[in-house]
Amino acid sequence: MSDNGSNGTGFIGASLKRKEDARFLTGRGRYTDDINLPGQLYAHLLRSTVAHANLGSVDISAAEAAPGVHAVFTGPDMEGVGGIPTGWLIHSKDGSPMVEPAHPAMAIGKVRHVGEIVAIVVAETRDQAREAAALIDIDYQELPAAASIEAARADGAPLVWDEADGNLCYDWEVGDRAAAEDAIAGAAHTVSIDVVNQRLVPNAIEPRAAIGSFDPTTDVYTLYTTSQNPHLIRLLLGAFVLGLPEHKLRIVAPDVGGGFGSKIPHYAEEAIITWTAGRLGRPVKWTSDRSEAFVSDTQGRDHISTATLGLDEDGKFVGLKVSTQANLGAYLSTFATCVPTYLYGILFAGPYTTPAIYCEVEGVFTNTVPVDALRGAGRPEATYLLERLVDKAAAATGIDRVDIRRRNFIREFPYQTPVALQYDQGDYDATLDLALEASDWDGFEARRSEAAGRGKLRGIGISTFIEACGIAPSAVVGSLGARAGLYEVGSVRVHPTGSVSVFTGTHSHGQGHETTFAQIVAETLGVDFEAVDVVHGDTNAIPFGMGTYGSRSLAVGGTAIYNAVQKVIAKGKKIAAHLLEASEEDIEFADGNFTVAGTDRSKSIGEVALTAYVPHNYPEGLEPGLEETAFYDPLNFTFPAGTHVAEVEVDPETGVVELVAVTGADDVGRIINPMIVNGQLHGGLAHGIGQALLEHCEYDAEGQLVTGSYMNYTMPRAGDLPNFNINHNTTHCTHNPLGVKGVGEVGSIGVPPAVINAVVDALSPLGVTHIEMPATSERVWQAIQAAQAQD
Amino acid sequence: MDDFQYHAPSSVDGVLSALRGADDGKVLAGGMSLVPVLKLGLAAPSHLVSLRNVPGLSDIEDHGHCLKIGACCTHAQVAASSVVQERIPALAAMAGRIGDPQVRNCGTIGGSVAHNDPAADYPAACVGLGATIITDRRKISSDDFFGSMFETALEEDELVTAVCFPIVARAAYAKFENPASKYAVAGVMVAQGDDGVRVAVTGAGAGVFRVAEMEAALADDFSADAVAGIGVSSDGLLSDNVAGAEYRAHLVTVMARRAVEACG
Ligand SMILES: Cc1cc2nc3c(=O)[nH]c(=O)nc-3n(C[C@H](O)[C@H](O)[C@H](O)COP(=O)(O)OP(=O)(O)OC[C@H]3O[C@@H](n4cnc5c(N)ncnc54)[C@H](O)[C@@H]3O)c2cc1C
Repeated sequence: MSDNGSNGTGFIGASLKRKEDARFLTGRGRYTDDINLPGQLYAHLLRSTVAHANLGSVDISAAEAAPGVHAVFTGPDMEGVGGIPTGWLIHSKDGSPMVEPAHPAMAIGKVRHVGEIVAIVVAETRDQAREAAALIDIDYQELPAAASIEAARADGAPLVWDEADGNLCYDWEVGDRAAAEDAIAGAAHTVSIDVVNQRLVPNAIEPRAAIGSFDPTTDVYTLYTTSQNPHLIRLLLGAFVLGLPEHKLRIVAPDVGGGFGSKIPHYAEEAIITWTAGRLGRPVKWTSDRSEAFVSDTQGRDHISTATLGLDEDGKFVGLKVSTQANLGAYLSTFATCVPTYLYGILFAGPYTTPAIYCEVEGVFTNTVPVDALRGAGRPEATYLLERLVDKAAAATGIDRVDIRRRNFIREFPYQTPVALQYDQGDYDATLDLALEASDWDGFEARRSEAAGRGKLRGIGISTFIEACGIAPSAVVGSLGARAGLYEVGSVRVHPTGSVSVFTGTHSHGQGHETTFAQIVAETLGVDFEAVDVVHGDTNAIPFGMGTYGSRSLAVGGTAIYNAVQKVIAKGKKIAAHLLEASEEDIEFADGNFTVAGTDRSKSIGEVALTAYVPHNYPEGLEPGLEETAFYDPLNFTFPAGTHVAEVEVDPETGVVELVAVTGADDVGRIINPMIVNGQLHGGLAHGIGQALLEHCEYDAEGQLVTGSYMNYTMPRAGDLPNFNINHNTTHCTHNPLGVKGVGEVGSIGVPPAVINAVVDALSPLGVTHIEMPATSERVWQAIQAAQAQD
Repeated sequence: MDDFQYHAPSSVDGVLSALRGADDGKVLAGGMSLVPVLKLGLAAPSHLVSLRNVPGLSDIEDHGHCLKIGACCTHAQVAASSVVQERIPALAAMAGRIGDPQVRNCGTIGGSVAHNDPAADYPAACVGLGATIITDRRKISSDDFFGSMFETALEEDELVTAVCFPIVARAAYAKFENPASKYAVAGVMVAQGDDGVRVAVTGAGAGVFRVAEMEAALADDFSADAVAGIGVSSDGLLSDNVAGAEYRAHLVTVMARRAVEACG
C-alpha cells in the first residue's frame, strides 16, 4: 500500500459522478417534508411579532375551539420539560462561568426576539392550524429592545436577561495580553483597524421541518428532522430536554437540503414537536416556510472588532491585539458560545509568525434571533480582520502587499502559535506562488489602465489564510468547555457476497459523502465502487456519531471509516491465512486480494467474506462475520490553507462593484474526488462573495428584522459570480492516515477579505482606505463621495 | 393564504359581472404581485377573477402611429415581440429586464400598470413614452393614470384591457436594479416624440414622476451633457436598506444621462 492509503485501484482521486445525484436531480430525494406518517396532524408555531415584551395573557380559547384543532399548547404547558441546552461552557477572564440563562422551548413570561415561539397549534390540516393560530390573543406588554451590539452595550441598555449585567454573557480571552501589548508598544510601526463582520442569514434551500411520533407499544419516540447531526440531537433532546434514554428516542435526518451550520443546533421546534406527538399520541408535522426561516433559523457572524498590529522596521509582525464584541442573540444556541471564542480567537496567527497575540471577546445578548455557526463559523471573521489588517499594514509601511505576507509566513512545521493551535504542516509560499501566477498578478497594471480607459476603477486583492477544521481532540475540547466529544464513528459491513454497507455518524446535506466515502472504501478494500453504499442519518442504523460541521466529515468521519476498513482487512488476513494454510504474518493485502507473500496463492475479499459468513472451514476461535466499527478521535485539528485573489471593477458613478475574476490556490489536503472538492470550493466562494458584496441581515432599533425576505436580503446569484479559477497545491495532513484536511468552508473563509481588499485597491487612488462588508453600491458611492469631499 | 373563490370567465363582461357579484373581488392576471400579497396575508379577497380565459387580451397590434399591447401580454412576450423590438426597441428592452425569467413569463403589462408598484418599470415606460391606458370603459392618459404608490385612476371594478404606446423618434430606458429583488431603484425612460421630450422616473419616488427641468434641457439640446448636471431633490424620495434618498437622487441623474446616451 502506498502512503496515501491507496491500493492503486484509482478510486481515490477520481472525479466519479455523485451516487446521490440520481435521486436529487430527478426530484426523488426524500426530505423530511416528503415523509407523511399515518394519522399525522399538522402544527403551526405562533411566533412573537415583537422583539422584547412581557407576556400578559395568552388567550387560546378561540383557537382551541376552531375547526380541526386538536390542541393548543403554550410555554407553561411544557413546564417541567428541560430547557434547550448549550453545548459549550465558556469562562470569562476572571474565571467565572458564562451567564447561561434558561431556554424554555416556548416562551414563558417574556419574549426576547421576533420569531420566538409562543404557542403551538395542532390541527387536522396545515391551514386549519394556521387559521386557528391567528385567533390566539396575546397581550404583549412591550419593553424597549436591545437590537444590536451597540445598543446592548450602551449605558442603561434594556436587559435581555436580568442576570446578565450589561447584556454580557462572557468576557473571554486567549493569548498573552502583556506580551502582545508590549510588542505593539515597542514596534517600529503600528496599524489599527475597526471592522464590522455583518450578520448573515444562512438560507439553506430546504427550510427546516420536523415530524414527531410516539409508539405506545414500545414507548419509542421518533423524530424526523432536518439536522446535520442526528446523534447530537438525540443526546441533547433525550438527555437534557425530554429525559428519554437513547433506546426510546430515534432521530432520523433523511435527505437534508443544505445546512451551512443552521441545522447543527438542537432547536426548540424539535423538542416541542416530539413532546406534542407524545401528548397527543399522533404524529405531528411542522414545516417552516421561508418567512419563518428568516426569524427562526440561527443566524451567523455579527461581530464588531478593533485590532492593532505592530511591525518591526522590516515589516515583520511583532504583536497583535484584537478586541471583539460578538452578538449571540437572545438565547444561547448549541454552539453559539464557542463560535466567537474557540473557533475565532485561536485563528489569529493565520499563516504568520506573529510571536505575541492576544484576543478578547465579549459575548453579548441582544433581542435578535440566536446566532450560531455559519459556514466557517468564527474563522471567516478572524481571517477577514487579519487580512484587512495586513493590507493596511502594507499600505502604512509602503511594503508591497504580497511581500509583506511572504516576510511573515511560517515555514517551519510543526508550528506552535501563541493562540493554542499547533499547525502540523503547510506550504504557504507554494499556494501564494500558484495564485499569483494563475491570476496573472503581475499583469494587473495593464488591466487597470485598460479599465480606466472605460471609466472603470479596477482593483486586485489578495488574502493568504489558514483554516482550522476537524476540531479535536475530545480531551482538549473538553478541557476548553465542550460538553461533548468530537470524535467520529464509522462501521464497515462486508456482506457475504462481498458488497459493502458503510455506516457513518457524519451527515450529508449536499457534501456528497455517499460518493466520497464509497471511493475510500472501494479503494482501500479493493472492491467495486458500485458495491459500496453509504448509510447515514438514522440513529437506529448508525452506532453513534457527532455529525457534520466544521469541515470535519472527511478528516474525522472518513478516517473512522478508513480505520474500520483496516480492522476488516486485519480480520480478513486471519481468514485468508487459514484458507491458504499460511501464517497470518505472511499474508499481504492489495487490490482486494489476500496473497501469501512471494507467491501467486491468494484469496479475494469476496471469498474471504463468504467464508466469514459460511464458516465451515474457518480459523478456530475467530468470530464469524466481517463487520468492524472504529471510533476515531483525531490528535489535532487539520489546517487547510491557501491564497485567494479577487479582481473587481468599480463604476465610480454608481458605486457598483463588478467581480471580474476570482482565483483560488488551495491546499485542502489529499483530494478524494476533485469534482466534489471543486464544487465545495465553488459553493464556499459564492457564500464568501455573498458576504463581501451582497448579504446583510439588518434589524431596526425595535428589533424588527428589516431584511426578512429575498426582496431585500440579497443572495448571490450565478450572474453575480465570475468563473472561478481554482488551483490546488496539496500537502498532506500528517496525523490522519488519508492525509486529508477539509474543504467545505475554505471558500467562505478565504475570499471575503480578498474581495474587499480588491475594492479598497480600486478605490485607493481616490484616498479610500476601508469599506465595510457588504460593499454595496451605495456604500462604495458614499465612500467615494466622502473621499472626494476631503480633497 | 385564506380561502377564496376562483372564477375564470371567458369575456370582459363576464369578468366585470363576476367582480360586481363578489363581496371583495380581485382581478388575477399573472399573479406575480397579487399572489405574494395573499400569501403574506396582506389581502384576503373573497373572489379571484382570472383573465386567463378572456380572448384577445394578449395581442400586440401595430396601429401605425402607436402599438396597442393587450393587458395580458406577459413581459416575456413584449420583450420577444419583433414588432415591439422594431417599433419601440426601448420598450422591448425594458420588458426584458423586469425581474427574472419566471416573473417575465407570468407577469403582465395590465397587472403591472394596475398594481402601480413604485419600483415597477412599466409606469416609467408608460409615462415616458406618453402611453394611453385603455380600460373596459375609457381611455386614460398615463399622466393621469398613475398616482402615488399602488394608486391609479382605475375605478373599483375597472379593467385595463390594453396600453397604447405612441411611436416616438427615439427613446431609451436606463435602470438601476435592486440587487435582491431586481425591481428598479431608479429607472428612467427618456423619449423624444411628437409632443416633445419626456423624462419619467420610477423606483426613486413614491410613484412615477417626470423631471421638467431635464425635459426642458433636452428639448433645447438632446445630449447627455444637457442632463448630466441636472440634479433632482432627494426630498420625498424613497429610502430603504438598498438605497437612501440622496443616493437615489444621484442615480436618477446618472440613469437619465445614460438613457440619453443610449438614445444614440
Ligand atoms: C421577484 C419579482 C421581481 C419583480 N421584478 C420586477 C421588476 O424588476 N420590474 C417590474 O416592473 N416588476 C417587477 N415585478 C412585478 C411583476 O412585473 C408583476 O408581474 C407585475 O407587477 C404585476 O403583474 P401580474 O400580471 O403578475 O399581476 P397580478 O399580480 O395578477 O395583479 C396585480 C394587481 O393588478 C390587478 N390587475 C391585474 N390585471 C389587471 C387588469 N388587466 N386590470 C385591472 N387590474 C388588474 C390585480 O387585481 C392586482 O391587484 C417583480 C415581481 C416579482 C415577484
